[in-house]
Amino acid sequence: MASKRKIVAAVMFLLSLHLAILLAGFVAPYDPAAQNRDFPFAPPTRVRFVDAAGHLHARPFIYQCVARPDGIYEYEESRELRYPVHLFVVGPEYKLVGLWPSRVHLFGVEAPAQIFLAGTDNYGRDQFSRILYGGQISVAAGLLATGTSLLLGLLIGCVSGFYGKWLDESAMRLAELFLVLPWLYLLLAVRAFLPLHISPTQTFLLLVVVIGTIGWARPARLIRGIVLGAKNRKYVTASRSFGASDYYILRRHVLPHTYGILLTQAALLVPQYVIAEVTLSFFGLGLSEPMPSWGNLLANLQQYNVLVSYWWMFLPALALVLVSFGYLNVANAFHERLQSGST
Amino acid sequence: MKYLERRVIHGILLLIGVSVLCFLFSDLAPGSFFDEMKLNPQISSETVAALRSQYGLDKPLPVRYARWVESVLGGEWGYSFAYNSSVRSLLVVRARNTLLLTTLATLFSWLVAVPLGVWISNHPGKWYDRLSMGGTSLLLSVPELVLVFGLLYFAIRTHALPVGGMTSVGFDQLGLWGKTIDLVTHLIVPVTTLVLASLPVLVRHVRASMVEVLKLPFIQAARGHGIGPARLLFRYALPAAGNPLISLFGLSVAGLLSGSLLVEVITGWPGIGPLLLEASMSRDLYVVVGAVMSSTLFMVFGSLLADVMLVVVDPRIRVE
Repeated sequence: MASKRKIVAAVMFLLSLHLAILLAGFVAPYDPAAQNRDFPFAPPTRVRFVDAAGHLHARPFIYQCVARPDGIYEYEESRELRYPVHLFVVGPEYKLVGLWPSRVHLFGVEAPAQIFLAGTDNYGRDQFSRILYGGQISVAAGLLATGTSLLLGLLIGCVSGFYGKWLDESAMRLAELFLVLPWLYLLLAVRAFLPLHISPTQTFLLLVVVIGTIGWARPARLIRGIVLGAKNRKYVTASRSFGASDYYILRRHVLPHTYGILLTQAALLVPQYVIAEVTLSFFGLGLSEPMPSWGNLLANLQQYNVLVSYWWMFLPALALVLVSFGYLNVANAFHERLQSGST
Repeated sequence: MKYLERRVIHGILLLIGVSVLCFLFSDLAPGSFFDEMKLNPQISSETVAALRSQYGLDKPLPVRYARWVESVLGGEWGYSFAYNSSVRSLLVVRARNTLLLTTLATLFSWLVAVPLGVWISNHPGKWYDRLSMGGTSLLLSVPELVLVFGLLYFAIRTHALPVGGMTSVGFDQLGLWGKTIDLVTHLIVPVTTLVLASLPVLVRHVRASMVEVLKLPFIQAARGHGIGPARLLFRYALPAAGNPLISLFGLSVAGLLSGSLLVEVITGWPGIGPLLLEASMSRDLYVVVGAVMSSTLFMVFGSLLADVMLVVVDPRIRVE
């Protein structure tokens, strides 16, 4: 039972991450592309409970961030006015999940103060909002690419395991080829041969297809193994003798065996593919500015002065780590469950 | 050595397969290196066409592939459009640098992973076992991209290590000792990143296969004979647990090369990685193919090395 609780905890953690990313427009206080040219590289705003006079307040508040007159990119808090943090405030318009227009944000402060939970970047854009919106792209790419991989793997694995012979032989040799190649080299090589200057939507789809296609081999091999084991069961022979078609046997008797592996593989593949998208965008081969993706958010770090002086530019990496941590936990929990179920 | 012969042939087939795959992909590509030139009004379309035919890009795929194979056999490895030289001359130095990086990373990660994994496998459930398992599962979710920036941050902040590239500016003026020191200090950040990235998987595998072996009766017997823990673990148990680990060694080379590509690009290490990235951007076809091929070559060498070790360690394979 301990493993069940573990699964629930891991899945809940992951779900809450995804919910925050899915509802980025609502959770983020600002538009990810809105620039504040007066506040480049502003540090994260401190959310306070105790004011300058030492009084405790039940409602958290912030002080307005102002540029220091002496020096560039240096800021201080103006301690004169408190700006309490309110929930469900009206702010810039966005579309929830890209569909429903709305102006309500989870939290915010009154103008002229601004709340930058994760600081701002070189254009003064709110990093917290950018991380959330960037997550939409990176995580969606990971999920869709995983879907592509699993679908391809399922198709090839089933055909190869079920029909065997030369089909199986050639598919598995090809799988070996894809498995042993260093994936990043393969990814870059394939990307090299594809067009660079295309619209963001096309780029996104291209990334998903390329990343997903390259990873087909591992799920295909695993599924083939299971299909091989399942197709010689007695009940399969029995239903064949009753005249069941191949398709029926696959769907009814073979596929249910693969669900466990599919789930575990999905949980393992998603973080890998998120990282793959992040890496490509980081290299400038994926989605480019002004579309935020965790990859091009991290690309700022390539300038060493940004890396050293503005630690909050590191925070997109934290989001990436959290997501892969969540998925790995889920994968572990599934794996343990599968193991304990089989013995 | 029937087994090794088979493995060598397998490796060669693999290389051929990868090269065919590369050319197939390149044929699907809509553009080429010379497409950017078409945008330039000063270059006539005849010139571009002439260049294309000069490099044989207008020929059908099998002809191009045959030409490329010919040039590989002749030691040229194709021609780089961007550098105007043979791909081999570009790759050799780069490959050496990548090899240096990955070899050191492999060496150190195994040197850490094996003793650590063996040690914690002997006491499963102890606090240091839990600590290592927790630490590795945490480390597992930190991608190389994040690791390398963390280390770079540390290196730049403390000024303890030089950052970027492989050598300092005045490298040529240094003596042999100075050169070595300089190289080593430049190696620390990339190698540490790669070691940290590959460590969790290795430690977990070592531990898992050792735990399996330590349950076996012959270990109990050896323990009953009063053989000390160090000898028992490393002389008796480790060779028995070695097979999957050696296979893992062969497989981990591919992952290491991928990680190395990223680390090279970020730390400015002049290996194959930055070359491939640059070639990807400019669609320098034969450089891309060459880089992929050389990484595959490393990989094949890695798995061959693993096969040789298997033959040495496991007598069953020799008999087979």
